[in-house]
Amino acid sequence: MYKKYLSYPHLMWMLIFVLVPIVIIFLYSINVLSTNGTTGFSFENYKNFFDITYMKIFGYSLWIAFLSTVFCLGFGYPVAYILAKRERERLAKGKKSSTMFMLFVMPMWMNMMLRTYSWLTILESNGLLNTLLGFFGLPQVNILYTTAAVVLGMVYDFIPFMILPVYSVLVKIDPSINEAAEDLGASPIKVFFKVTIPMSLPGVVSGITMVFLPSITTFYISNIFGGGQIMLVGNLIEQQFLVANNWNFGSAIAIVMMVLMFLSMKIMNLFNKGNKQMAMF
Amino acid sequence: MKTKLKKALESVYLYLMFMFLYVPIAVLMVFSFNKAKSRGVWGGFSLKWYAEMLADSTLMSALRTTLIVGVLSAVISCIIGTAAAIGIQGFRKKKLRNLINEVTNIPMVSSELVIGVSLMLLFIALKIPRGMLTMLLAHITFNIPYVILSVTPKLMQLDNNLYEAAVDLGAKPWYAFKNVVLPEIMPGVINGLLMAFTLSIDDFVISFFTTGNGITNLSIYVYSTAKRLNPKINALSTLMFIVIMLLLIIINKRTSKDKDSNVLIS
Amino acid sequence: MKKIMACLLAVLLTVPFFAGCESKTVINVYNVGDYIDEEVISMFEEEYPGIKVNYETFYTNEEMYIKVKNNSTAYDVVFPSDYMVERMIEENMLNKINYDNIPNFKNIGEQYQKLDYDPQGEYSVPYMWGTMGILYNKDMVDEKDMDSWKAMYDDKYKGDIFMLDSERDMISITLKSLGYSMNSYDDAELEKAKNALIAQKPLVKAYCGDEVKDKMIANEGAMTIAWSGDAFYCMDLNKSLRYSVPKEGSNLWFDNMVIPNTSKHQKEAELFIDFMCRPEIAKKNAEYIGYSTANEEGRKLLADEVKNNELRYPDLSKLDNMEIFTYNSELSEKYSKLWQSVKVK
Repeated sequence: MYKKYLSYPHLMWMLIFVLVPIVIIFLYSINVLSTNGTTGFSFENYKNFFDITYMKIFGYSLWIAFLSTVFCLGFGYPVAYILAKRERERLAKGKKSSTMFMLFVMPMWMNMMLRTYSWLTILESNGLLNTLLGFFGLPQVNILYTTAAVVLGMVYDFIPFMILPVYSVLVKIDPSINEAAEDLGASPIKVFFKVTIPMSLPGVVSGITMVFLPSITTFYISNIFGGGQIMLVGNLIEQQFLVANNWNFGSAIAIVMMVLMFLSMKIMNLFNKGNKQMAMF
Repeated sequence: MKTKLKKALESVYLYLMFMFLYVPIAVLMVFSFNKAKSRGVWGGFSLKWYAEMLADSTLMSALRTTLIVGVLSAVISCIIGTAAAIGIQGFRKKKLRNLINEVTNIPMVSSELVIGVSLMLLFIALKIPRGMLTMLLAHITFNIPYVILSVTPKLMQLDNNLYEAAVDLGAKPWYAFKNVVLPEIMPGVINGLLMAFTLSIDDFVISFFTTGNGITNLSIYVYSTAKRLNPKINALSTLMFIVIMLLLIIINKRTSKDKDSNVLIS
Repeated sequence: MKKIMACLLAVLLTVPFFAGCESKTVINVYNVGDYIDEEVISMFEEEYPGIKVNYETFYTNEEMYIKVKNNSTAYDVVFPSDYMVERMIEENMLNKINYDNIPNFKNIGEQYQKLDYDPQGEYSVPYMWGTMGILYNKDMVDEKDMDSWKAMYDDKYKGDIFMLDSERDMISITLKSLGYSMNSYDDAELEKAKNALIAQKPLVKAYCGDEVKDKMIANEGAMTIAWSGDAFYCMDLNKSLRYSVPKEGSNLWFDNMVIPNTSKHQKEAELFIDFMCRPEIAKKNAEYIGYSTANEEGRKLLADEVKNNELRYPDLSKLDNMEIFTYNSELSEKYSKLWQSVKVK
């Protein structure tokens, strides 16, 4: 029944729509294909990217992505931990599993553009937040068009991607392990740091991957929340294609990002042996 | 006492995070019934934005595009993906199989921006006029891996002997497949289909780069008008959120009966 | 379950197709955002049932140029500004218009025809025109400052300034504020403009597109650079807003309808342009978007306080310190680089 030819349409599809495009983008990046008429093989576009101004943007993107990953982890881990603990207690009592967890990951499947948009209503100078603050006589906050707003947007969009994998690992931890540790005299805090955290590491690692990587290359969050002030690598690539009309340079940056992502996936997977299914999700 | 307090604190934390996730959406929904155009001021209850949304031909054609591309890409990627999931099991050499899996995963693991841009360059190189067709091709591309991902675990659980037995008893391969195998893997297939549909109607980045000739989907419409005051978007969002929530509840209901294929949360 | 799914799919599949199953000539119209009364499009489609208008919008001329150049869509009617018309002519991107098919061209004011960017008047039909200036909120600024572009670069207004995300306009205004020509591409002058723009960045609240109008109306900022029509639109909705054309001089601009050579429906495109040149349509558009129409007959239909308003319809011959943007490839390349380096700083 497992006839190989059944997978051929898929393989053809991947060849035409995944591998060939990567080759094309690479050809653009080394100036073999070009938008401005001047073709000629060179690595100039790559060299340009390592210029100080672009490296600053790159560094800034890494910093913002780092911040949003830290916040996602900081706020998301406790959620996953509490939910997993309660779920295990329920299962131990033979109850049905709770829908609470589903509510926390559901936003992942909702239109991100709309979710991002929803914050504008709240954050604008004369938006809901300031209307409320004004009502209580509190000082106004203006965070729209700042780094803080962009990080907020990323945390909001990506936190479910942190909660999901951490939870999936935590919920599978055998409660008897914790009990054993406690029986051996470890304090609950010690158990948490010495047992729970190390065991949840694979989930944390895939959570980090799932938050950090999209954070680096997003462009619409920084566009909507940054008011044209915040320039991330994603914006840089988008600008090269849609504004500056320098597809060759844009392609080179895209290739660099692709390689970086591939490498970080590989590194992350090293931490994540035996948990393949989730790592790729 | 102490555990009770701890429990209460945990609950408070969960509710706060829950609010963080849902309050913006709730605000959007409430403001979709706002008579005033402003984002910050409540001007009374009204359904006028829903009426305007329905009267807006750009928005309605974006909705149409979203649905057509969503349904077609889900169905096509579901067929190709299911066949592929079965076919890939046929590769016995581990190295080759790993390579295929790796390639299959590319659309899932690499940045949407890179995929979108590279597909755009492909369509330009092939001189395919951009529009609904190119958007559809792109959506099928990123949907197939998810279908494979949701069908494969079901295949793993399948008892191979069933199919062999049916064939030995004289069933034609297709008949045996349809009546023996398909019912077994059906939950995975349906999940893949629903997931592909959800992903497709949500997509912004890849659609943004692969469309042209005035064809937009809802996400692109929202992106290009999001910065303006446009309460029609609130009305639209409310409907979209409700539809997605229903879809997800269906997926979840289906999968909670059937733990192993629960792709949504696995 | 299976049956339900099948029904659902069937319904989903058929509904959209029913709505999309007509064979019509589709013309792709590519206009600046908020630059037409969209009702006009439906009126056109009603009058010519065989034609469907596919309407798309852009924010800057540069964005439009890239899309037309790369032929991502076969546009039939595009709305570029003066200097962009010049560029598109130079790069052979436009089809000559057959003015015989546009009888309503006679309604266009003579003073707007055959300007330097299309000296023979072969490629373009003027649509709207106006000035650039500062749109400010009188309650949030010192009105005395508002007669100079310098206000836009003043520390005093830190965090209250909106700039536009449009390279040509922002660079040219900056050049003007430094006392140079708006069409300068002298390296030393551009360097100064670049530094001024970079120094201004911390003062700027956001670089905006069309949404700047909503923001100014909602009192979210004290001032912005604005095109005259947008300014009038905002002033109608917020009585604290004022518009001033600074004393250093400013930009006088003309937006046009042209037919790119990607067009596959030249005749239908000309029908559309002709329709847009009808006086009552020109009036409808001008009323809706607030800009000054180049259609003299259309202007005559406007309300008295509008058509005789000095700010809206200044006497072209008296505007002596105004410059029209010009194009040359060196300038365009330098501006593009400059804007990129400001944006990435």
